[in-house]
Amino acid sequence: MMDLPTFLVQCLNAVQYGLLLFLLASGLTMIFGIMGVINLAHGSFYMIGAYLAFVLTPLLGGSYVLTLFVGTLLAMALGYVLEWLFVSFLYERDHLQQVLMTWALILVFEDLRSTWVGNDVHGVPTPDWLAGSVQLGSLMSYPVYRLFASGVCIVLATLLYWTVNRTRLGMMVRAGASNRDMVRGLGLNIDLLYRWVFAVGVALAALAGMIAAPMSSVYPGMGSSVLIICFVVVVIGGIGSITGALLSSMLVGIVDTFGKVFFAQYSGVGVYLLMALVLIFRPQGLVAARR
Amino acid sequence: MSKHRLVDALLFAALASLPLWASGYVQDLATKVMILALFALSLQLLVGVTGLVSLGHAAFLGIGAYVTVLFSPANEAGNLLALMLASCVAAGAYALLVGVLSLRTQGVYFIMVTLAFAQMAYFVFHDTQLGGGSDGIYLNVRPALQMPGVMLDLENKLTLYGGVLIVLLTAYLGLGVLLRSRFGAALQGIRVNEQRMRAAGFNTFSYKLAAFVLAGALAGLAGFLLASKDAVVNPELLAWHESGAVLLMLILGGLHSLRGALVGATAFTLLKELLSSEALLGSVAAHWQLTLGLSVIACVVFMPRGIMGLSKT
Repeated sequence: MMDLPTFLVQCLNAVQYGLLLFLLASGLTMIFGIMGVINLAHGSFYMIGAYLAFVLTPLLGGSYVLTLFVGTLLAMALGYVLEWLFVSFLYERDHLQQVLMTWALILVFEDLRSTWVGNDVHGVPTPDWLAGSVQLGSLMSYPVYRLFASGVCIVLATLLYWTVNRTRLGMMVRAGASNRDMVRGLGLNIDLLYRWVFAVGVALAALAGMIAAPMSSVYPGMGSSVLIICFVVVVIGGIGSITGALLSSMLVGIVDTFGKVFFAQYSGVGVYLLMALVLIFRPQGLVAARR
Repeated sequence: MSKHRLVDALLFAALASLPLWASGYVQDLATKVMILALFALSLQLLVGVTGLVSLGHAAFLGIGAYVTVLFSPANEAGNLLALMLASCVAAGAYALLVGVLSLRTQGVYFIMVTLAFAQMAYFVFHDTQLGGGSDGIYLNVRPALQMPGVMLDLENKLTLYGGVLIVLLTAYLGLGVLLRSRFGAALQGIRVNEQRMRAAGFNTFSYKLAAFVLAGALAGLAGFLLASKDAVVNPELLAWHESGAVLLMLILGGLHSLRGALVGATAFTLLKELLSSEALLGSVAAHWQLTLGLSVIACVVFMPRGIMGLSKT
């Protein structure tokens, strides 16, 4: 078995991975649950975020906070334009058309990425003021940056939860999810609202990519590696539910991290086994979305 | 309808005579396209006919392919019929297991559960040494059938081509007959309104399960052909990318006919081959992802009902 400090470090890893997954999955669950769009390109936005961090850091004089800020704004603008050009006319159509469209967008992004930045693996430096590590007991230490990443995720998660469940804006978004036409009938500009939801979802995914960049390297396939796991999180949690996404990303984080520790050889199966079990016993996911 | 039949017959004549006039490369490509078309056809039974969108269909293709390689003797040709049957049975058996568990869910949840089971099968082949791990394994000698008076050896490319063509034609016509039967009508009824079918006294679960197993077994058959063609299998055959690609073929071709599956598989495979062919497009070929992506976007914009939808509007 493992001793207490190792266990603690693994717990922190699990929580940190879970929180990062939550940032990604919350954007996806909003786009998926509220707008009804199956967005396969969500992994690409994560990839774009990581590459934005790589490209912007030297351009902006190495300032980490400025990079996050500018990167998020750029991603939001990208999401806004994308929804307008490529997604807005698909709401009335079959879901599978959106699958085809967003899959085509993945190809386009991958090609543009390879043309502009190349196919090499890159690293993004950890900012100096977050570079050290914290001592845990006498033997173990934990990098400050990972704690910082978790902190940012917690703040954003709280903000998101509060916005969706407690504000007038959130109320309009939830109303739009349950009946698009009725909300339009009440005089709200639902098209604009959806465009912003999409933009925020894209920005969240890109932000997750930017935060992950200093921890993992920046590489071409990083988008598709997170895409499916994000859908898994969304479905386990219950589509459209922010609370469910939080719960299930934690669960997936724990299963994945401890799966790698205890059953290294079969670690890949764990998450899918979890999803199959959850869906067989709770076919609507852990938390059914509030409508 | 008869116009369509005429087109079918002309296409079949073109395919049947293809080895006479086309190069080895084209014949190889046509073999690949027909195998993928069979795979797409098997999924169409679920997606287009019954309304069950599965994102784990590659598992059955992969299982069929792996069974073919694993059950072949090391240094001589395996029995074609036995291996073909084994591939179908193995894939069908896994489909039965997955179907029993996943058909309790609906819609997007069904998509995800089928994905989960396919990923589990993927990891079994990827992480264990059962089938050579992540590298996959080679098939040393392709299957053959030796009986008095009959000698079919899939090492011969022409035999393989002819075999694939006959299997595809049989599956296409067979499924066509099936769709006009009571069973097929029930499946289409389930797609349109499952509640009403249940109210009319149909045990919809067993109908869906039967369709799921049949589709799985057909995908296993496609896997058998694919392993016989490539003589190598690897876990990527079962990965979700493959399941996604075959679903894209259906959406591209059109969901509401068996023909849509054939058209979609052909268009998708040829488009990818064409756009990444350096001989034809020069330096643009390096950007095949961009050109393929843009072509697919154009398809979505201009063909909301897939390629087959064009002939109806």
